[in-house]
Amino acid sequence: MLKIWSMKQQQQQAENAEGAAGKKKKKVTAAQLRVQRDLQELTLGNTMKMEFPNPDDILNFTLTIDPDEGMYKGGSFNFTFAVNQNFPHDPPKVKCTQKIYHPNIDLEGNVCLNILREDWKPVLNLNAVIVGMQFLFLEPNASDPLNKDAAEDLRQNRDLFKRNVRTSMGGGNVRSIHFDKVLR
Amino acid sequence: MAAGDRWKYLYKALSKSGPFSDPDWVPGEETIKSLEESKILVIGAGGLGCEILKNLALSGFKDIHVIDMDTIDISNLNRQFLFRHSDIGKPKAEVAAAFVEKRVKGVKITPFVGKIQDKDEDYYLQFKIVVCGLDSIEARRWINSTLVGMVDMDNPESLKPLIDGGTEGFKGQARVILPSLTSCIECQLDMHAPRPAVPLCTIATIPRQPQHCIEWAHQIAWQDKRKDDSFDSDDMEHIGWVYNTALERANEFNISGVTFQMTQGVVKNIIPAIASTNAVIAAATTSEALKIATSCNPFLENYMMYAGEEGVYTYTFEAEKKTDCPVCGSLARKITVNPDVTLEEFIEILGEQPEAQLKKPSLRTEETTLYQRFPPQLEEQTKSNLKLKLRDLVADGQEVAVSDPAYTIDFRFQLIFT
Repeated sequence: MLKIWSMKQQQQQAENAEGAAGKKKKKVTAAQLRVQRDLQELTLGNTMKMEFPNPDDILNFTLTIDPDEGMYKGGSFNFTFAVNQNFPHDPPKVKCTQKIYHPNIDLEGNVCLNILREDWKPVLNLNAVIVGMQFLFLEPNASDPLNKDAAEDLRQNRDLFKRNVRTSMGGGNVRSIHFDKVLR
Repeated sequence: MAAGDRWKYLYKALSKSGPFSDPDWVPGEETIKSLEESKILVIGAGGLGCEILKNLALSGFKDIHVIDMDTIDISNLNRQFLFRHSDIGKPKAEVAAAFVEKRVKGVKITPFVGKIQDKDEDYYLQFKIVVCGLDSIEARRWINSTLVGMVDMDNPESLKPLIDGGTEGFKGQARVILPSLTSCIECQLDMHAPRPAVPLCTIATIPRQPQHCIEWAHQIAWQDKRKDDSFDSDDMEHIGWVYNTALERANEFNISGVTFQMTQGVVKNIIPAIASTNAVIAAATTSEALKIATSCNPFLENYMMYAGEEGVYTYTFEAEKKTDCPVCGSLARKITVNPDVTLEEFIEILGEQPEAQLKKPSLRTEETTLYQRFPPQLEEQTKSNLKLKLRDLVADGQEVAVSDPAYTIDFRFQLIFT
């Protein structure tokens, strides 16, 4: 045991650092530190906005995406992000708070994005996630559907799909399902 | 067996030097006494924990503490040999402690039923060594960062060797961590392969395997139909509902093989526990504890992996400490400041520190976002703090974590008020 301590003293001397002492208060968690860094390194552009209901809690926030091109242009889409203390080992949990017509987002707001689930790796950061989210609105993907009807429409008849997107975004019904109005 | 006889041969081994013992090591009475007086903490009293407690007691440790929040379930009894059928429903820590105490006379085992997070640094400071037999990464990360945070250069006793054991089916690992000195659990986090997840879209649209149907019932149907009940994997009614729902879906897609047992396995994310793997890994962790407590032989440096799927293969290597590890990469450095300076002035002071020279830092404490430069909404919400005095934002002795885009590593400072 004593040997271990002398190893520590040697290391400390080599670093010539002062070291920490005294009674400590709660430490900033690894997840908080990582999110603090990730937030700093975000590239939001002018199509994305974030809100922090409690600015002291950086692990829970909302993201609004206002696509400026593509079929979803003109809409404003809200997502909640919940990052747990196991981040970045666990991916953030992302949900859409509106009921929208999208092949990769179901009516409950679950999002099918590979890096949020099977392809998540701790080296990925929040920026990778929001870039992926933005991409979903530019290129909805019919081959990995979460909303089967929307995916079917996109595959069969792109024009019909486009019209359905417009109708749903205006707060109308598609296949007798009512969607939330998301137009800006 | 008479109490004195049990450790007779162990004491013999501790009374003379061997080919691997350190030249400075003094065998004999004092070493034996230090072993007997070593207060050791075992975290977890499950599959690994039962083995570890038994081994430590038989290895001459006489003051053992054990902490576990769980109660005994019938499915534990095949391998958690300190428990009997009549113990079902009782706390694991208490039953395990009582059993070993009764069986190995002269050993004191103090149980605590609860979470490791219920205890603070003062509790962990009383131990000489901490041994983990845990099943979750989250708990490991918590104890790791707590032990790293406790290291205090003015107090040699504050460095607690952490011995971590883990098993998954036929595979396992044992590692020795000297907090802040050697590679820690956080440094090694990327060695854990995350559980392979099935894409949500497969589950939602085209299930191919019975497990997909169970995942669908668990994740999608539950949310759809029973949004107001929070799912409890120990509630038989909940598991039953998921099982029936999964079975219906499986029939619809002509998939066979959904069983109640499989449902439990999928929703609880169970990988079958193998008793012998636990025994091997527990043996490795406890012999490291013995070596560290007595210095009789060199201890593991620092990671032993064990693979028993095909024959037996083990490999020992030294995992490296990461300089940018968010937990052990930088211990909090003390910085003395006047509590009457504003946060803005403090940031300037940080910029002048020769070792930091931070240009555009964001700062926080555990509870408060002091100042975050990006995204703009958060900058707007926190910039009013810049004009506040430090004494109104942080407490004396509190830790502040600082990130700066100019550096790949983060800094921790402990603020000492003048």
